[in-house]
Amino acid sequence: MEILNDLFAWFADPAQWTGSSGIPARMGEHVYYSLLGLLWSAAIAIPLGLLTGHTGVGGFLTASLANLARALPTIGVLFLIVLAAGIGLVPVLCALVALAVPPILVNTHEGVRGVEPRLRDAAFGMGMRGHQVLLRLELPVAVPLILLGARTAAVQVVATATIAAYVGVGGLGRYIVDGQARQDLTMMLAGSLLVVLLAVLTTLLFAGLRRLLVAPGLRAEAAAVR
Amino acid sequence: MIFDAWDWIVRVTDWGVANWSHPGEPDRGILPRLLQHMRLSYLSILLGLAVALPMGLACARWKRLYPPVLTGVNVLYAVPSIALFFLMLPYTGFSDWTAIVPLALYTLVILLPNVVDGLRQVPDHVRQAAVAMGFGQLRRLVQVEMPVAVPVIIAGLRVASVATISMVSVASLVGLGGLGQLILSDGFRRQFDAPIVVGIVLTVVLALVTDAALVILQRLLTPWSRRDGGGPSRGDRPAVVPSGAVAAAGGPESANTVGASSTGGEAVETGPGNTRGKERTWRS
Repeated sequence: MEILNDLFAWFADPAQWTGSSGIPARMGEHVYYSLLGLLWSAAIAIPLGLLTGHTGVGGFLTASLANLARALPTIGVLFLIVLAAGIGLVPVLCALVALAVPPILVNTHEGVRGVEPRLRDAAFGMGMRGHQVLLRLELPVAVPLILLGARTAAVQVVATATIAAYVGVGGLGRYIVDGQARQDLTMMLAGSLLVVLLAVLTTLLFAGLRRLLVAPGLRAEAAAVR
Repeated sequence: MIFDAWDWIVRVTDWGVANWSHPGEPDRGILPRLLQHMRLSYLSILLGLAVALPMGLACARWKRLYPPVLTGVNVLYAVPSIALFFLMLPYTGFSDWTAIVPLALYTLVILLPNVVDGLRQVPDHVRQAAVAMGFGQLRRLVQVEMPVAVPVIIAGLRVASVATISMVSVASLVGLGGLGQLILSDGFRRQFDAPIVVGIVLTVVLALVTDAALVILQRLLTPWSRRDGGGPSRGDRPAVVPSGAVAAAGGPESANTVGASSTGGEAVETGPGNTRGKERTWRS
């Protein structure tokens, strides 16, 4: 249990809580990279998924591409872009986007496609145009599934943003990388704990988002999705 | 521009061919790294499945066990892999276990829900028929419930294997990692792009080949599900067919949806419940 005492001592040290390498600063950097990566991914994946889901065109291509992207080794993508573009935020963001797009894209696509044909027929029968059906019916019905994909993506992004430290950028990964370099187990452990904490907070955030964004009529069904 | 790209492809391919393996030096070259990559990822997946099956059985039987176990597995999944590899080092050193144990733990987040859902979606009338035929608990589990759950479990295995194969590379930071070694030590540390590209391409190819092998395995294990031929195409979906049915008949198209292929088949009979299968997409 010595390690627990060390951990307490590490967190209790006031030096950890101030300055550009303090916990608040590192946490802020980590949140910033994760948020940026996630927003870019959502900006790419959600419109694309809505489009392929609504038209039914390119569904197979989307699924294949998403599968392919999921197989990409993140550090390979990161290192390759670092070689091409140099150290900085761009390679980290590219790696995170490559990681986060597939789950959001697949879930958006399947969410739109999973809308009951009866509902769609009813919407068209009411005289809605294609884009109205998409935005007023298919998107709201798909929201629970989209959020689920985004949550998976977010947890992966938060855990993976640690690699930013490997290419000289900040974030909570610094504790893990520097701890490894200094053979400081406590520091590594503390860094990992902070990442886990952030991931748990992310999950809670998505629980809140679901409460906010899912239409009231869909909540009973959304509860089944969890 | 196009010629540049072509030159680059030729250069990378040349490097790959020239360094495939070095006779006399079994540790150098691409092939040994590929073999290590396969060993690490397959052992992790098998270990994960070996843990997920009994755990899933327990969770399906004692329902109260499931939520806390699932939460625990999810929290574990949030631990960054780099950290977990480093934290394993004091206990397992530079043996394969340093990579295998964390990777196996990560597969649980996909495998466990699929095992539980697979067992839970065995229709009640099937279970009752087995009881009525005089099947004991164990025989019912092995001969009826497990086979019915196979498609869902394999759907989970497919997602887990692709994820694991791409994640093995991270273990290169602790000196393991198969093709990740190629990416890190031959490529990044020497500022040389060819090994990185070869590493990425081979990782993706390995993932796709493994995925295809699992599809074939599922066909062999569940010969009764092979009845459908082409199935309706995605574009002109007749309104009466629930969307789940398309996923079931669509073969490779349903590849991405965890559990969709099996529950989609169920949806054909149950009608309004057709969204159930879709909801399993990417749950974690």
